[in-house]
Amino acid sequence: MIKVDQLRISFGTHEVVRGVSFDVAKGGSFGIVGESGSGKSTVLRAMAGLNEDWSGRIAFDGTDAPLKRPPAFFRQVQMVFQDPFGSLHPRQTIDRILSELLLVHKLPDVEKRIKQALSDVALPQTVRFRYPHQLSGGQRQRVAIARALIAEPQVLLLDEPTSALDVSVQAEILNLLADLRQARNLTYVLVSHNLAVIAHLCPQLGVMLNGEMVEQLSADDLRAGRTKHAHTSALRTLSIDLEEPA
Amino acid sequence: MIQTSFRNWALDETPASRSQANWGRRYRIWLSLKSNPLAMIGLGIILLFALLSLLAPLIAPYDPSLQNLGNRLARPSAVHWFGTDELGRDILSRILFGGRVTLGMVVSVVAVVAPIGLAVGCVAGYMGGVVDSVLMRITDVFLAFPRLILALAFVAALKPGVESAILAIALTAWPPYARLARAETMTIRNTDYVAAYRLTGASRWRIMLRHIAPLCVPSLIVRTTLDMSSIIITAASLGFLGMGAQAPSPEWGAMIATAKRFIFEQWWVATIPGMAIFMVSLAFNFLGDGLRDVLDPKQN
Repeated sequence: MIKVDQLRISFGTHEVVRGVSFDVAKGGSFGIVGESGSGKSTVLRAMAGLNEDWSGRIAFDGTDAPLKRPPAFFRQVQMVFQDPFGSLHPRQTIDRILSELLLVHKLPDVEKRIKQALSDVALPQTVRFRYPHQLSGGQRQRVAIARALIAEPQVLLLDEPTSALDVSVQAEILNLLADLRQARNLTYVLVSHNLAVIAHLCPQLGVMLNGEMVEQLSADDLRAGRTKHAHTSALRTLSIDLEEPA
Repeated sequence: MIQTSFRNWALDETPASRSQANWGRRYRIWLSLKSNPLAMIGLGIILLFALLSLLAPLIAPYDPSLQNLGNRLARPSAVHWFGTDELGRDILSRILFGGRVTLGMVVSVVAVVAPIGLAVGCVAGYMGGVVDSVLMRITDVFLAFPRLILALAFVAALKPGVESAILAIALTAWPPYARLARAETMTIRNTDYVAAYRLTGASRWRIMLRHIAPLCVPSLIVRTTLDMSSIIITAASLGFLGMGAQAPSPEWGAMIATAKRFIFEQWWVATIPGMAIFMVSLAFNFLGDGLRDVLDPKQN
């Protein structure tokens, strides 16, 4: 479904992503883990089409994505952002936020689709005409997921979708994402610095360090400690220490 | 009755329609503006002047250009509340009719300037690169001239009159608005919600028009209101210098200009229009300060 090959991204003279390659099968879920500044979010933004300056190959469903994406591309691939407080327009109602993609693509049944999108992410219909600042963090992130799903995409790119939320809300959102993937046969690429989140949602993951993907392994290998690269082991040890303070 | 039901409807925490949500937001802005006494005084004065100017033909006691040379430079009295000028014309009537000219000029200037500034600023800020450089250097050129001097040059090049004065002030007043809109746009363009709208496949123009420009409007409204007084003063100054409204037309600045010869002997001839300019400018400043508190996008 997704193929990324020798992806390179530079900001000015500084190369941030240096030849990253990975594949994700249809209905699969791939996690990218790494420290801040390792280039993991940059990879995701380039895949989504937000960064129009990269080299290498990004292909969805066997079709190479051009640097500048055509509007139809965004019906196939959507993205959910990290911070639900910054990813919703502060002066627009939820209704307006959800309807924008439908209006751009001139899709029929706007009314019905918005209602459906809200119930898909388990939000009450009463939030429809409220403003983002009237909602809680978890509700906002649900709105952001609904906005991505309203395009009926096949691929969902998730940029730390839970890191700005409370721990209890994190679990709700992760379960919602897991359910949606199963119900709609979505393909996920999830970026996070939290190994537990990645391992919960992704059977396969890649570890990034300084713009390179230093290791790809399965979540089972990670749990069992069968890591090959020193950085992966370090991340794993750190994660375990944080979970269970001795 | 209607008031309370509107209040409950607008302040409903779970609006049921688009219009209810919009009215709710507007009503909340109005409520917080209403709690600011200075802003309400300003708004009251502005509305009063606007109303008086609009109703001038009905309420003015005399024809503003009716001359009575036998009764020139009369002191304020029961017959002529604000006295008469050097041609025996009633000053109160001239102030009322003059409000139409002066306030009309200000409104026309703002109606031209704010959209131009917003458009230039948004395009420059969002497009960036060469477009930004070109638009901003043009803005810099206009900013480099003193406002009144440039306006004077424009009027002199066209022909003295109200229309040229409006055009001249508009041409000199837009650059600060463009700067402001550009600065706002630059802070907005890299946010996640704009990125999310880019992911709908919308064109850059659609994003600018529907999602970025509306966020620049509040700070432009505040800036416009605070700028009103300086526009009034520029309009009056042009009138004073003989480049704005022409002789029989009762423009406030022109009225002061003709009164300057006897400003010490017959003080009211120059003072009354001066007071009118002062009151309206002050009112706009009060309102602008209040609006800034209410509309500031950084709050709430």
